[in-house]
Amino acid sequence: MTKKSATKRKHAPATISNLPVAIVSEGHARNPGTPLNLEWLDSVQVNLSSLERRTGSLTGRRSVKKDYQAAWLLKALSCIDLTTLSGDDTPGRVKRLCAKAKRPVREDLVEALGIQDLNLTTGAVCVYHEMVPTAVKELEGTNIPVAAVAAGFPHGLSPLPQRLDEIRASVAEGATEIDIVITRAHVLTGNWKALYDEVRAMREACGDAHLKSILATGELATMRNVAKASLVAMMAGSDFIKTSTGKESVNANLNVSLVMLRCIRDYLEETGYRVGYKPAGGIGTAKDVISYQFLMKEELGNAWLQPDLFRVGASSLLGDIERQLEHHVTGRYSANNRHAVG
Amino acid sequence: MTPNVAEIFDTMDYGPAPESDKTAQEWLENHGRHIGHFINGKWVKAAKSKTFDTTNPANGKKLAKINQGTKADVDAAVKAAKTAQKKWAALDGHERAKYLYALARLIQKNGRILSVLETLDNGKPIRESRDGDIPAAARHFYHHAGWAQIQDTEFPDYEPYGVVGQIIPWNFPFLMLAWKIAPALAAGNTVVLKPAEFTPLTAAFFAELCVEAGLPAGVVNIVQGDGKTGAEITKHKDISKIAFTGSTEVGRIIREATAGSGKGLTLELGGKSPVIVFENADLDAAVEGLVDGIWFNQGQVCCAGSRLLVQEGVADKMVRKLAKRMTNLRIGDPLDKAIDMGTMINKEHLKKVSTLVQKGVNEGARLIQPGAEDCPKGCHYPPTMLTDVHPANTVAIEEIFGPVLSVMTFRTPEEAVMLANNTRYGLAASIWSENINLALDIAPKIKAGVVWINSANMFDAACGFGGYRESGFGREGGREGMYAYLKPAHLADLPAYKAEKSKLSAARHEAAPDGIGAIDRTAKLYIGGKQARPDGNYNLSILDAKGKLAGSVGEGNRKDIRNAVEAARKAEGWGKAAHHLRAQILYYIAENLSARADEFKKRLQSLTGATPAAAQKEVDAAVKRLFTYAAWADKYDGAVHTPPARLVAAAMKEPVGILGIVCPDENPLLSFVSLFAPAMAMGNRSIIIPSEKYPLIATDFYQILDTSDVPAGVLNIVTGIRADLVKTIAEHDDIDAVWYFGSDALGGTLEKLSIGNLKRTWTNNGKQRDWLDADSAGEEFLRHAVEVKNVWIPYGE
Repeated sequence: MTKKSATKRKHAPATISNLPVAIVSEGHARNPGTPLNLEWLDSVQVNLSSLERRTGSLTGRRSVKKDYQAAWLLKALSCIDLTTLSGDDTPGRVKRLCAKAKRPVREDLVEALGIQDLNLTTGAVCVYHEMVPTAVKELEGTNIPVAAVAAGFPHGLSPLPQRLDEIRASVAEGATEIDIVITRAHVLTGNWKALYDEVRAMREACGDAHLKSILATGELATMRNVAKASLVAMMAGSDFIKTSTGKESVNANLNVSLVMLRCIRDYLEETGYRVGYKPAGGIGTAKDVISYQFLMKEELGNAWLQPDLFRVGASSLLGDIERQLEHHVTGRYSANNRHAVG
Repeated sequence: MTPNVAEIFDTMDYGPAPESDKTAQEWLENHGRHIGHFINGKWVKAAKSKTFDTTNPANGKKLAKINQGTKADVDAAVKAAKTAQKKWAALDGHERAKYLYALARLIQKNGRILSVLETLDNGKPIRESRDGDIPAAARHFYHHAGWAQIQDTEFPDYEPYGVVGQIIPWNFPFLMLAWKIAPALAAGNTVVLKPAEFTPLTAAFFAELCVEAGLPAGVVNIVQGDGKTGAEITKHKDISKIAFTGSTEVGRIIREATAGSGKGLTLELGGKSPVIVFENADLDAAVEGLVDGIWFNQGQVCCAGSRLLVQEGVADKMVRKLAKRMTNLRIGDPLDKAIDMGTMINKEHLKKVSTLVQKGVNEGARLIQPGAEDCPKGCHYPPTMLTDVHPANTVAIEEIFGPVLSVMTFRTPEEAVMLANNTRYGLAASIWSENINLALDIAPKIKAGVVWINSANMFDAACGFGGYRESGFGREGGREGMYAYLKPAHLADLPAYKAEKSKLSAARHEAAPDGIGAIDRTAKLYIGGKQARPDGNYNLSILDAKGKLAGSVGEGNRKDIRNAVEAARKAEGWGKAAHHLRAQILYYIAENLSARADEFKKRLQSLTGATPAAAQKEVDAAVKRLFTYAAWADKYDGAVHTPPARLVAAAMKEPVGILGIVCPDENPLLSFVSLFAPAMAMGNRSIIIPSEKYPLIATDFYQILDTSDVPAGVLNIVTGIRADLVKTIAEHDDIDAVWYFGSDALGGTLEKLSIGNLKRTWTNNGKQRDWLDADSAGEEFLRHAVEVKNVWIPYGE
């Protein structure tokens, strides 16, 4: 992820062809996308039972204890897109969230864990367009990027030009990450060309901002659809693929994640480009997020445990991580009221 | 130096996650680190007797000393089991069910200590003993509590064997104990079980659970020791059945040792199971299947998927994916909860595995061992893949019993099947394809007792497990597993043959007998649907009941058997023929026999001296029997099991293959029909040795076969001197099973000689059947004519 300070930037349109070859950030080149490869899509095979067996057994095969658990939770924390996406969001609410993103863990715990030098923050703050200026201002001087949900979020069904304008507007306001939702109809009808064109247009609208494409996997019906949509989103130049808006009835889960991670791996192998992964919705506990981390590490390796390639869209997860960290430090079980709300 | 939080934040390593062995070590201390035998409900720990040590393969530390079972120990255990058996079998099924249920509960309650003990003793990852072995063992007892409960209604005409001797291996010590003891007890047997000498501990713990469950003394006896103790069990005269799981090599010894003893026998032996990956498979899924298939339990699994057959077009991709995946397998302390691979069972075995791998490399294989440098010292062996392997290489042929995958490629589905079956073993197979038509087409073509479609190493108490070929015979689990511990009750009432000195009833001659007014009718052999002159060109004169020459038959020899087997091999299509067609042909045979009933009646009268009424009765019974098996041909169905997962397991009944059938002298027509008809109905091809005394009945039958549309090679009849032919049949490695019925001890010889390819055997143990009796037809015969193959089919999109 670009971690430039969130000063207002001028929208700089870019096309796939004139994009810099590598916007190097955290050591990897940005995914420029590829032409749409339908043959590749045709060869996609996904076996559901096998996915379930893998995710079901992995959580029993791996375990992190004590200092390791604390370190892993801190790492998870650094990958959180601290999010508020409510109809009643106000600048005050967003300021509170940003304050938490900057100081996610209580000072005494930071000292007890010996991690002062990490200057730990969450991975990003994620808000609606209207809240972008507030967030950008609040986070000025930090490395915390502001992510905006855009393009007719969460349904993504407004006219395409309007959706693209939204993206440009958010970028213009200083959002450096744009979370969009794809048109599920294109997936359900197998209209891969339309899906590709749509995401590619959005990628171009993003300019230097990074594009996180939400597949809304809970509405894609089958794992094969999830796999194909993942590949098309990456071919069209997504920087991240993301599971859910958080508004579907089925949120992120390990099975869908495994499918998407394997697509990311295949894409890397075919093109040499690293694409990030963001599960969102339903990841509320420390235990949950560690399962995702196991999956990331096992399927993609350590690079995908870092915030430039792994984000977790969550609102309540941080609180549980804090309680677990306090328990690690004190040996006593903690309570919500001992940790600042975000 | 242990890293601090900030450092771990950087490395994102897993770190140690040890399971405590405190409670297990305390249990050993409470036993003074000395484990004896459990006989008649008591611990027997004679201070003076010889002991051996069991050690933790992870650190070489001694865990306990173990008594080496002697003949006297085995005698005492068998005596206790024998005394307890009548009462145990006489218990109401519900009572036995309650005991088994209690044992299941106790296993669950003690799951933690059992899994730690297992890992200490065996070196397998604690995660596997905790999540795999122990829960599966509990499930096995629950499932079989159910069989005990409903035994009376489900197996009404069956009874337990009596005392069962059970010898189990070290790779799944506790699970194999459960697989052996649960069905044996459910069926009403009592047991003498010998754990492997490398892993005696969980069996000893189980003995304590038996006491806690209040199991009557003598029902379960555990004698510790090595192969010598096992040999005492195998040859014990009061043991009625031996159940063995272990190497094919020891299986052969046991088959030989029990030959002619009348003991029941089931063998679950080695394997070299294929994993077939088609280009339309989910390759990532197949990679995980191989992790479960070959690196699970350090590859020390009889049904390990040790031969990867991958379609050429995706072979490079598959190997790349596997090599990558191997780097993620964590190898280390078995008691660590985040370890994928623990230790091998011992240094000797480790050496055997590495020697075989070296041999593979020497023969040209490419070695892929990504974890080799980081592999801890001691008894560990890293996950290994050998590519560029060919069927002619040692590592494609020999069972390595370690974490070693041999990779070969194929071009077409047909070639995949050919390569998969190109082995002496036949235990399990995996098929990976997202095309259900392809997967379900291949499954029946693989010679294996278990086929996993898009999955690997799945087991359930409700699904039979066991092999074809040199992987042994018999099934464990499910209904078919219960039959392995039951025998038809009517057998006990069969009389022994009257001691009659076996004398040659036929005389050898070269020329056709003279002095017969009619045109000479010298019967030849019946091979491949044609009459064939015997290879040796000798004939045997057959006398009638009055001692007069009745005719002559060919004297078949080794080469005639060979020719008959070749003809049978070519008639493979019969096994795939529609069941309706098999029924039609059996009806047709019946129809033609009925049309010529008079002729056969007269022949029976003149040859055997039967009264006209008796002869008529036999012919009628033969016609009726043909109808019976024509009826069964399309009704002896398989089953669909529903293990606790989203899948079906189809228990398919397949023909055994090529049968050698040796017919008795009594009721020469009816016994002949009673034996070939079930074999044929189930799709087998047979080589039949008819009654030595009355072969003319069988040779008269040629014309019936010729006129009944029986495909060439399905039935082959070789007349001649029984003792010679039986030997050839028993030794023939392309015959899958032999059935023997006769008055002499040849059945024992046949069992002894069957060890070459470990063919299934069914002999009458010197008991004389009444072929007219209804008990001489039906399911007992059909069961011997089929193999049950469980095809696991997970589903879901």
